[in-house]
Amino acid sequence: MNDMTPTSAGRAEKLQGMGCKRKRVEDIRFVQGKGNYVDDIKLPGMLYGDFTRSPHAHARVKKIDTTKAAAVPGVVAVITAETLKTVNLAWMPTLAGDVQMVLADGKVLFQNQEVAFVIAEDRYTAADAAELVEVEYEALPCNVDPLKAMSANAPVIREDIKDKKEGAHGPRKHYNHVFNWQAGDKAKADAAFAKADVSIKEMIVYPRVHPCPLETCQCVASFDKIKGELTLWGTFQAPHVIRTVGSLISKIPEHKIHVIAPDIGGGFGNKVGAYPGYICAIVASIVTGRPVKWVEDRIENLSTTAFARDFYMETELAATKDGKVTGLRCYTIADHGAFDACANATKWPAGLFSIISGSYDFPAAHVSVDGVYTNKAPGGVAYRCSFRVTEAAYAIERAMDIMAQKLKMDPAEFRMKNLIRREQFPYTSAFGWVYDSGDYQTAFKKAMETVGYKQLREEQKKRQEAFKRGETRELMGIGVAFFTEIVGAGPSRNCDILGIAMFDSAEIRIHPTGTGICRLGTKSQGQGHETTYAQIIATELGLPADNIMVEEGNTDTAPYGLGTYGSRSTPVSGAATAMACRKIKAKAQMIAAYMLEVHDDDLEWDVDRFRVKGNPERFKTMTELAWAAYHEVPPGMEPGLEAINYYDPPNFTYPFGAYICVMDVDVDTGTSKVRRFYALDDCGTRINPMIIEGQIHGGLTEAFGIAMGQEIHYDEEGNVTTASLMDYFLPTAVETPKWETDWTTTPSPHHPIGAKGVGESPNVGGVPCFSNAVNDAFAFLGSTNIPMPHDNWRTWTAAEKLGLHT
Amino acid sequence: MAKSHISMTVNGKKVEELVEPRTLLIHFLREQLQLTGPHIGCETSHCGACTVDLDGKSVKSCTVFAVQANGADIRTIEGMAAADGTLHALQEAFREMHGLQCGFCTPGMITRAYRLLQENKNPTEDEIRVGISGNLCRCTGYQNIVKAIQYAAAKMSGVPFQEAAE
Repeated sequence: MNDMTPTSAGRAEKLQGMGCKRKRVEDIRFVQGKGNYVDDIKLPGMLYGDFTRSPHAHARVKKIDTTKAAAVPGVVAVITAETLKTVNLAWMPTLAGDVQMVLADGKVLFQNQEVAFVIAEDRYTAADAAELVEVEYEALPCNVDPLKAMSANAPVIREDIKDKKEGAHGPRKHYNHVFNWQAGDKAKADAAFAKADVSIKEMIVYPRVHPCPLETCQCVASFDKIKGELTLWGTFQAPHVIRTVGSLISKIPEHKIHVIAPDIGGGFGNKVGAYPGYICAIVASIVTGRPVKWVEDRIENLSTTAFARDFYMETELAATKDGKVTGLRCYTIADHGAFDACANATKWPAGLFSIISGSYDFPAAHVSVDGVYTNKAPGGVAYRCSFRVTEAAYAIERAMDIMAQKLKMDPAEFRMKNLIRREQFPYTSAFGWVYDSGDYQTAFKKAMETVGYKQLREEQKKRQEAFKRGETRELMGIGVAFFTEIVGAGPSRNCDILGIAMFDSAEIRIHPTGTGICRLGTKSQGQGHETTYAQIIATELGLPADNIMVEEGNTDTAPYGLGTYGSRSTPVSGAATAMACRKIKAKAQMIAAYMLEVHDDDLEWDVDRFRVKGNPERFKTMTELAWAAYHEVPPGMEPGLEAINYYDPPNFTYPFGAYICVMDVDVDTGTSKVRRFYALDDCGTRINPMIIEGQIHGGLTEAFGIAMGQEIHYDEEGNVTTASLMDYFLPTAVETPKWETDWTTTPSPHHPIGAKGVGESPNVGGVPCFSNAVNDAFAFLGSTNIPMPHDNWRTWTAAEKLGLHT
Repeated sequence: MAKSHISMTVNGKKVEELVEPRTLLIHFLREQLQLTGPHIGCETSHCGACTVDLDGKSVKSCTVFAVQANGADIRTIEGMAAADGTLHALQEAFREMHGLQCGFCTPGMITRAYRLLQENKNPTEDEIRVGISGNLCRCTGYQNIVKAIQYAAAKMSGVPFQEAAE
């Protein structure tokens, strides 16, 4: 072999393809403050919009007087529901099949609801004038307790549909009822419980929280009256969905709407939906003929756009006395706030909540979810998880601990006994989900061995004895969670949004010099797509990742896709990328065969080239073939080297992981300290281990925030009491524990590159792991379920209730 | 509203502008000077996305009036790299150690870390964590930010960076 020819491995390394800890492309601009976020956009003549919001949680709007606001110098217009009615936009459809007020129409239904939109020459004037809009309210009794929403005398939240017996998801049994959704086999589950040796039943509450990305929701709308075209820049996780929904709502033809999502400062589910601010900015631009910017402040963000969770899950397990679970039942009340603006695949009002059987082989299971209206903000997004998957994981992982406690079994041993076994994959759950692949025991054993689980339990036992003897006031908790996610929505047979199948796409063009561009229907909000998609292409096509530009977020240039959330970018668009590459590669192979004057079957692929089998000195590199594609294609072949793929996944992917947390809890102060947190994730094929680790760190930190302190809390009058960063817990570097990450690799058998998605795993697995650690600390004293969030006050209160302060 | 005349040095350049007395420094920087590196993430001085260096101190520019910065010497993320475009050790470090994801907190975080390293050339991990506790990040979980600051501290002191054992 020619000494100058680098080895295959050497050439592969230079490509920076899959498996490489490639440094991020996007960082070059971000570290210099040269990102381009929505609020950085400045257009000539741009106006600013700001909202007048309701101080009441529930009130009749008697009168809105905009005179004083409109008279402020610099104010251009003030929009109310009456204005919006002239263009039939006072209400808008939600992704969940409900309708939502854009601006208060007759009533306000939650505190901080949008009442009027003031448009002014600058943001200070808009804010001043918004204060001067005079609204006369007649306060109404309100309800913020979902468990009381369907009582006989509950206030009617939605007068517009109070007599409707049928909602978007079937019959309604009460005027505040949104839907009932069930899955599994009730009779079979009931039978399992009738025969059970042991059963447990616990109300497991996942409180209302908020994704709270550091950048709030915002947009700039610019309507060109002459062309009849709307350009909308915004913080959109799903730009194409926004374009389609925008067209359906505004009646502007879809091809005349240009939606652009520039750099996004974190999303975590907050930026999936369509919000009144977007509609008002669009209408304002149409009315004024000038571009209009709307930027949420933090209080508006936390109190109005897209809460998450608020699930009240009465969870039951049945088991044999030797610790085999025989049945699961879960009855859930889901608080949807004032409008059902849940961001789920349309046919799934409770998302993929039936993943609640988790990682376990349960023969029988049934869930029933009732959605209800309350005087709280609308939303119900998947905060760094696939639709309602974190709720399900929390319920089952808490319930497994509670059952282990009742059986007097070690929670890890009890899990091990019930985990789906490797030979059972593909495994069909009691709810009908077909888990693609897994090796749970191997992962779990690795986790337990790495942390020294047995020794930790021995240490804990000693600590408990010392505590009982009065020698220490600190308890030790060991939290265990084994989770399975269902991500990558999704197969068109299961998933659509407003009828659009949840495929996704990639379009790749290879230029004559062997560089290229890849455009996709997804949209990074920090996940590093510009880096990782290029790595897939590097490996598939043998072109250096540095030679591939990745572009997302412009609906004029990107192929249609459903966006980034629910860990769907890698499972769906990552697959589309690989498939598009394979089309390109197939064409390149034909060109190579023509140039080398052999049959294409006589060629084999070697990292970055096609070479003649048995004669590796005769080859054409992909870079050479790119040039040839524009220069000397075989007769009859179209020139050019590009491909597009719309990928409809055959199944979801099922990432999983084993997490273990060791925590010390001071019973006198309620403070807790995470001593160790170990996270083992299996996301199938790993594209960029550096980015995976970063995703796990970030997701665990969010999970820590949720489990240990986050709650969007309302008082009885419906005042939201945690709507600023004064009250809503975001961990700083000081509280945040140190993370240990680890992995196993079980590729997805149905995904072209075997990848499963990873960004949300740590949120899904982390929350129950922290919560189980706190609960585990007190379990030996007979405590079964201390509710989240586990802030110092609640932990102290739990200790107080157990009589530990006497 | 009557405007005030202010002058200051921003990233080494003299600027003179007219501002409303109530204009916040962050809006002045972002909208009048087009320095959109520092961001706005809250209005309660908690998140630190708007952090800039003002007369040798880290300040949250969302709670400083532009007029209060009259005569001040200000450095923003845009003033971190060398004139020839060479990245500051911190900018390089954040990329090397994967200390950022969405990039929204990054300008404030780097600007804060810059001042921290001016005050303490070789901070311990705990000192770094306390030192950046006024800057929130929702993406990274801080671990790699801490590493990045350690990397930069080593580089600025001319010693090789050694990752602490996990």
